[in-house]
Amino acid sequence: MTDAVQKPTEKVEGAPGFSFSLSAGNFDRIMNVASPVFLLLLWEAAARFGWIDVRFFPAPSKIFQTMFTLIENGQLWIHLKSSMYRLFWGFLFGGIPALVLGISMGLSRPLRAICDPLVAATYPIPKSAILPLILLIFGLGEASKIVMVAIGLFFPILINTMAGVLEIPKIYFDVSKNFNADKLQVFRTVALPGAMPLIMTGVKLGVGMGLILISLAEMVGAKSGLGYMMWNAWEILSVETMYVGLIVIAALGVLFTLILNEVERYLVPWKTAR
Amino acid sequence: MSTDAAIAAPATAGTDVKIRLRNLTKRFDTKRGPFVALDNLTLDIPTGCFFMIVGPSGCGKTTLLRILAGLETHSSGTVEISKPTDGRPSNSMIFQGDSLFPWMTVWENAAYGLNMRRKPKAEIKDRVGFFLNRTGMSRFADHYPHQLSGGMRQRVSICRAFANDPDILLMDEPFSALDEQNKVLLQEELLKIWEETRKTVLFITHSVDEAVTLGDRIMIMSAHPGRDKATLDVPFERPREVLELRARPEYGEFVYKIWSYLREEVHRARAQDEGSSS
Repeated sequence: MTDAVQKPTEKVEGAPGFSFSLSAGNFDRIMNVASPVFLLLLWEAAARFGWIDVRFFPAPSKIFQTMFTLIENGQLWIHLKSSMYRLFWGFLFGGIPALVLGISMGLSRPLRAICDPLVAATYPIPKSAILPLILLIFGLGEASKIVMVAIGLFFPILINTMAGVLEIPKIYFDVSKNFNADKLQVFRTVALPGAMPLIMTGVKLGVGMGLILISLAEMVGAKSGLGYMMWNAWEILSVETMYVGLIVIAALGVLFTLILNEVERYLVPWKTAR
Repeated sequence: MSTDAAIAAPATAGTDVKIRLRNLTKRFDTKRGPFVALDNLTLDIPTGCFFMIVGPSGCGKTTLLRILAGLETHSSGTVEISKPTDGRPSNSMIFQGDSLFPWMTVWENAAYGLNMRRKPKAEIKDRVGFFLNRTGMSRFADHYPHQLSGGMRQRVSICRAFANDPDILLMDEPFSALDEQNKVLLQEELLKIWEETRKTVLFITHSVDEAVTLGDRIMIMSAHPGRDKATLDVPFERPREVLELRARPEYGEFVYKIWSYLREEVHRARAQDEGSSS
């Protein structure tokens, strides 16, 4: 038989023992850690030798000191927890409707005709511009922050999900029809898995947008959260605390990306295995 | 015209007719005006017949198959398909090219029809296991389609259709994308599986060799609009051995006969293409 299984190309690991040869994957991994570490060292040196103004750019060692203090007295944990809480509920309240509406719009031409202009009109409105309105409608409590996150997540997930369904080759819908799949089965076995690669792209973009908006919303109308912590630090001129906030948000961004990459590998094994 | 006369013996009395088409016409509305894909096609396909349709590309073969599969509506005429009464599906299609779901494993793909019909787990396991085994694909049950070669993917397509246990199998040039060796292998495998069930098959191809090798009866379709140009019974006994059959002199003679009908149509189709593109 001429048939052969095309196995996914296996990673060529560097030979064990004394070899210094590195595979491309390992080189990437080392560089991923080395480049930020190098930047931090450069920054530290610049602060110590007076090349930069430490009132605006405190040394990383100072920032980490402040960070440990905030961890020890529990402040950081409190703020982190309230931000995460809002992000989580915002993710559910924004993401699930976006997913359902996105797939429905992808499957139904009339629905697309009805909703497309509405999406096109509302999507480009700056989310920061509607914050006052959201505060007015939902008050200063948790709801307004959750709504802000939900709105931010909603659009990237909606638009990507719809694009994902529209990109599924027509033949798969023909197959499901020929094999007597009902509407729900088409949704579950063709539309959802077929759109999953782009849905994951939407979720990644959406989570990033959620992080931006939660910091913003907390600066204006909150008494807790990472955004509030940074705003408060500005008011009391604790520059190090501002940087702690930035670092934590950046770290959250990296963490979410790593988690979502794992989720993607699990949900889209047929694409990521390539 | 004398060449349009059907040469096939009329279906003997008592033979069930599975698919009965009367004056079937399909028109598409295009920007350039109506396009007639099928013109007044009348056709009987007996139960258990391996029925081949050969024709130049663009003669409406695929349109006919899609109408029978319920993926397309016809413009006029009647389509009668005698449906099974025991709850089995009426037809399953084996598509041209890649039609396996890339997000499902070989097993999940092969089990698709049975899953959609919510069959009991044990039955699905039996049937899917049987056909994967039968086509030598059991070892690859957990693979995804992109990890398989074209020939293996088409084997899984065949499994998916046969496991669904339909009354009629509709095949739309299932082997056209394969290389010559794989084509012969899959034709042999298909014949073996088919011998065990003897389901009604409607198989579309542009390959005369394939039509003569596999079919009981061959309909030659004219270039568009698609019409029945001639219908011939294949004079070779079953079971058939593909290579052994092709070595026989009568095989060559019969292929030549089909070609003589087809040649005119192929030239006509080309003239039409050149006419429309200039």
